[in-house]
Amino acid sequence: MEEFTSVFLMLLLVAGALAVLHVRNLFVATMLLSAVSFIMALIFVMLDAVDVAFTEAAVGAGISTVLYLGTLALVGPHEKSSTKKTALPLLLSLAVGGVLIYATFELPTVGSPDTPVQTSRLTDRFLNESPKEIAVPNIVTAVLASYRGFDTFGETTVIFTAGIAVLLILSQVRGRREEDVAIEESTTPQSDLTAEEDTSLQASPHDLVPHVVSKLLIPFVLLFGFYVQFHGDFGPGGGFQAGVIFAAGFILYSLVFGLEYTKKLLPLRLVEFFLAFGVLLYGGVGVVSMLKGGNFLDYNLLLASPVAGQHLGILLVELGVGITVTAAMLAIFYGFAGRSETNNKSGA
Amino acid sequence: MSSLFTQAPILAIILPLLSAPICALFRGATFPWALTTIVSALSFSFSLDLLFHVAEYGAISYEIGGWAPPWGIEYIADPLSAFVMMVISGISTGVLLYARESILKEVPASRLGFFFAAYLLALAGMMGITITGDAFNIFVFLEITSLSSYVLISMGAGTDRRALTAAFQYLIVGTIGATFILIGVGLLYVMTGTLNIADIASQFDTIADTRPIRAAVGFLMVGFAIKLAMFPFHIWLPNAYTYAPNIVTAFFAGTATKVSVYLMIRFIYSMFGADFSFGELPLTTILMPLAVVAFLSMSVVAIFQDNLKRLLAFSSVAQLGYMILGIALASETGLTASILHIFNHAIVKTGLFLTVGAMFYVTGSTYLKDLAGIGQRMPITTFGFVLGGLALIGVPLTPGFISKWYLVQGVLERGDAIGYGLAIAMLISSLFAVIYIWRIVELAYFKPSPEGAPTGEAPLTLIIPCWIFIFGSFYFGIETSMSVGFAETAAKFLMGAVK
Amino acid sequence: MFFDHFYYWITVILFVIGLYTVMSRSNLIKKMIGLSLFQISVFLFYITMGKIEGGTAPIIIDQPDVVYSNPLPHVLILTAIVVGVATTALGLALVVRIKEAFDTIDEEEILQMEETK
Repeated sequence: MEEFTSVFLMLLLVAGALAVLHVRNLFVATMLLSAVSFIMALIFVMLDAVDVAFTEAAVGAGISTVLYLGTLALVGPHEKSSTKKTALPLLLSLAVGGVLIYATFELPTVGSPDTPVQTSRLTDRFLNESPKEIAVPNIVTAVLASYRGFDTFGETTVIFTAGIAVLLILSQVRGRREEDVAIEESTTPQSDLTAEEDTSLQASPHDLVPHVVSKLLIPFVLLFGFYVQFHGDFGPGGGFQAGVIFAAGFILYSLVFGLEYTKKLLPLRLVEFFLAFGVLLYGGVGVVSMLKGGNFLDYNLLLASPVAGQHLGILLVELGVGITVTAAMLAIFYGFAGRSETNNKSGA
Repeated sequence: MSSLFTQAPILAIILPLLSAPICALFRGATFPWALTTIVSALSFSFSLDLLFHVAEYGAISYEIGGWAPPWGIEYIADPLSAFVMMVISGISTGVLLYARESILKEVPASRLGFFFAAYLLALAGMMGITITGDAFNIFVFLEITSLSSYVLISMGAGTDRRALTAAFQYLIVGTIGATFILIGVGLLYVMTGTLNIADIASQFDTIADTRPIRAAVGFLMVGFAIKLAMFPFHIWLPNAYTYAPNIVTAFFAGTATKVSVYLMIRFIYSMFGADFSFGELPLTTILMPLAVVAFLSMSVVAIFQDNLKRLLAFSSVAQLGYMILGIALASETGLTASILHIFNHAIVKTGLFLTVGAMFYVTGSTYLKDLAGIGQRMPITTFGFVLGGLALIGVPLTPGFISKWYLVQGVLERGDAIGYGLAIAMLISSLFAVIYIWRIVELAYFKPSPEGAPTGEAPLTLIIPCWIFIFGSFYFGIETSMSVGFAETAAKFLMGAVK
Repeated sequence: MFFDHFYYWITVILFVIGLYTVMSRSNLIKKMIGLSLFQISVFLFYITMGKIEGGTAPIIIDQPDVVYSNPLPHVLILTAIVVGVATTALGLALVVRIKEAFDTIDEEEILQMEETK
C-alpha cells in the first residue's frame, strides 16, 4: 500500500513539474510550484524526514509562494511566448540527466540497511551515542545544532544575508535618475516606508470576516510558533520552522490590517535589530565557549555538566535561529510590500 | 603558542562573520567602513600567522564544537589553504583602504552599513570555503559568498541599470553551479557515508571505479568551472565585473574566482588524487584544450571591448585559463605555477581595477571614449595603470612574468610536441595582451581629451592604495623567494599528499 | 530493479524539467520557478539516501528494536532548503527592480534594450 501511495505521489510530482513548465500564466505556475512543494513534503514524511517535511511545507509551499505572489503583484502575471531556441537547452538538460541516470545504476538500493550511508560510523554515533552525549530525543536537532552546529550557523548567516540583501535591493529608489534622488533621501533612508500616514493603505476595511477570523487565529499562530521553537528537542521543529510560522503570523496581520499597522507594531528598525541579534546570539554562544577555554560552539563547557551545557547551547542557538529567521522573513516581506506601496504612490 | 593562536583558524572567519550584523546596525559611512577595514586587517594577520606556522610545522586541524572529525566539522589550515586565505584577506584589506572615497560615488551613504555587512559576509564566506575540511560546509559558505556577491554586484545599479541584470544572470548561473556541487557532494556521501574531505579521500581508492563517483567528479568539476568562470562557463563574469561598483570588482577580481580555482585544485589533488583524475579520468584532455581556448580567444575578445572594466574582465577569464592549464599539467611545476598565479594575478588585477576605479572617480565613466587623453589628465593614476598593464602582460621583473615562467617550464617538461605547442600558444596570448594594453596606452597618451572632460588627479586616499598594489606587483616580481616559496611548499604538499 | 531506483529516477526527471525550464524560458520569474524545481529535486535525492526500509523518523522513543532512518541527510537538506528560499527571495527582489528599470521581465527584450543603449 505504501508503495502505491509513494508511486502515485511521485507521478503527481512529475505531472506538477511538467505543468509548471507548460503553463503561461505565472500565477498558475506559482500555485503549481506550491503544490509540487506540498507533495514533496508528503513524500518527505513517507521517507521519515519529518523535520524536512515541516520545513518544506512552511517554506516551499508557504513563504516562497508568498514571495512569488508578492512579486507577481508588482510585475504582472503574463509570460510572453518565447522565441528562444529550445533545442540546445533540452539537449543539455537531457545530457546532464543522462549522466545522473548512468550513475543511479550503481547507487545502493533505496532503503537497504547495508548502504555506506547507513553503516557509516557517522550514522552509528549519531543514532547510538547522541542520546548519551547530547540527550536530545530528536536526533535531527542534536546533529543540526551541535555536531554540525557550524553549518547551521552558516545557514543562519545565509538567511541574514538574504534579509539585508532584499532590503538593500528594494530600498533603492525607483527610476533611472537614481543618483540624484538617492542623495536627497540619504539622510532619512526609509522615510517613505515608516511612519507615513495614508489611510488608503489600510487593506480592505470592509472585509469583516477576515478581520474577525484572523484576530482569532493570530494568537494561536504565534503560540504554535513558540511551541515549535521550544519543542524542537522532542519532536519535529526548531528555530527555523518556528521563525517561519512566527513571521507568517505577522504577515497575516499585515495582509488583513495593512502594512502601516504592522510597522507600528514592529518598525523596520526593530526588525533589522532582531535580524542582526539572532546571528549575534548564535555566534555569541560560540564565543562564550571559546572564552571558557574550548573551541567555537563547544557547548560542553557552557555549564558544569556537559549534557546540561549541550541543552543550554542548543536552546540558545535555536533561539538565535528563530529570531533571525522571523526577522529575515519580515524584512523580506516589508521589502516587497513597501515596494508596491511606493509604486502605487508614484502612480505607476 | 599562545591560546589566541590556537583559535586563529576560526577567528579568521568568525571575526568578519560576526562583525557583519554589527555593521548592518549602523548608519552613516564612516563606522561600517572602519570596522570592516579593521576586521579585514585582523583576519589578514591571523592568516599570515597561520601561513608562517603551517609552512614550518605542518597542517593544523581545528575541531569546531569540540567534535572530532568526521562527526563534527573540521577546519584545516595547510600550506595551500593558508596561502589562499592570505591572498583573499590581503586583497580585501588593500581594497578596503581605498573603498571609503570610492564607494560614496556609487552607493548612497545611508546604505553603507548594509553594503559593508555584505562585503564582510563575502569575505568570511570565501575564507570559510578555503579553510574548511568538510564537503557540505563548502556548500554553505559558498552560498554565503554567492548571495552577498549578488547583492554587491547589484549595487552598481545607481550608475548603470545593467548591474541588475548582471546580478540576476550571475544568480541563475551561480545557483546552478552551487546545486551541481551539492549533487556532487551528495553522490560522494552516498558512496562513502561521510562528508569530511580527508575521510572521503581515505576511502576513495576502494570506490573510485564506480559510476556514481565518476558522475560526482563530473558534477563537482562543472560546478567549480561555473563558479570560476572557466571557459565556456564564463558568460556571467564580464557583465558582473563591468557593472558592479568599482571596489566590488576590484575585490572579486582578486579573490572570488581564485577561491573556485582553489576548490578545483583541492578536490583534484587532495580528494580524487592526481592518478585517478589524470590517469583513469581524462581530465587533462578536457581541461587543457579549454584552458588554451580560454586564454587565446578571451585575449582576442578583450582587444575589441569599448569599456575598460569589461576589457579587464575578459582578460581575467583569459588569465584563469593559465591557472587551469597549470592544474591540467598534473605536475609539480604546473601546480606551482597555478598557485603562484593565483597570488600574482590577484595583486596585479586588483591594482588595475583600482586604478580604473580612480579614473571613474574623476571622469564618471569607464568607457574608452571618455578616457581618451587620460594620461595628461590623470598622469599618476594612468602611469600606475600602465605599470600594472606591463605586469599583466608578464614582462620580466613583474609577477606575471614569474608565473608564466613556471608555467612555460611546466609545459616544456612534457617534452613533446604538445608542450611546445602550448608554449607557443601562451606566447601568442601574451602578444594579444600587449595589444589590448597598448590600445589603452595609445588612447591615454596619444589621443586628445574630449571637450570639457573632467581633469585632475583622484584624491590621495585612492592613489596611495592603487600604488601599494602597483608597487607590490613589482616587489613580488623581483623579490620572488617568498611567493614562490609558499607556492612550491603548497604544491609539494599536494603532490606529497597523493603520493 | 524497478523499485530499487524508482526514487532516484523521479529525482532525475524533476532535475531535468527544472534545468530545462531555467535554460529555455526567457521570462525571469519562470526562470526562478525552474530554479526552485531544480533545487527541490536535489532535496529528494538526499532524503532518499537516508531512508531505511521499515524505519521511522529519527526521534528516539523508548521501544526496543526500533530502526531509525538516517538523520544526517535531513540536517543537510534543512540547511539547503533555507539556502534555497534565501536565493529565491534575492532573485525575486532583483526581478522587481529589473521590471522597474527596464519595464519588462523578458530576458530577450532586456538584451535588445541593452544592445541598443
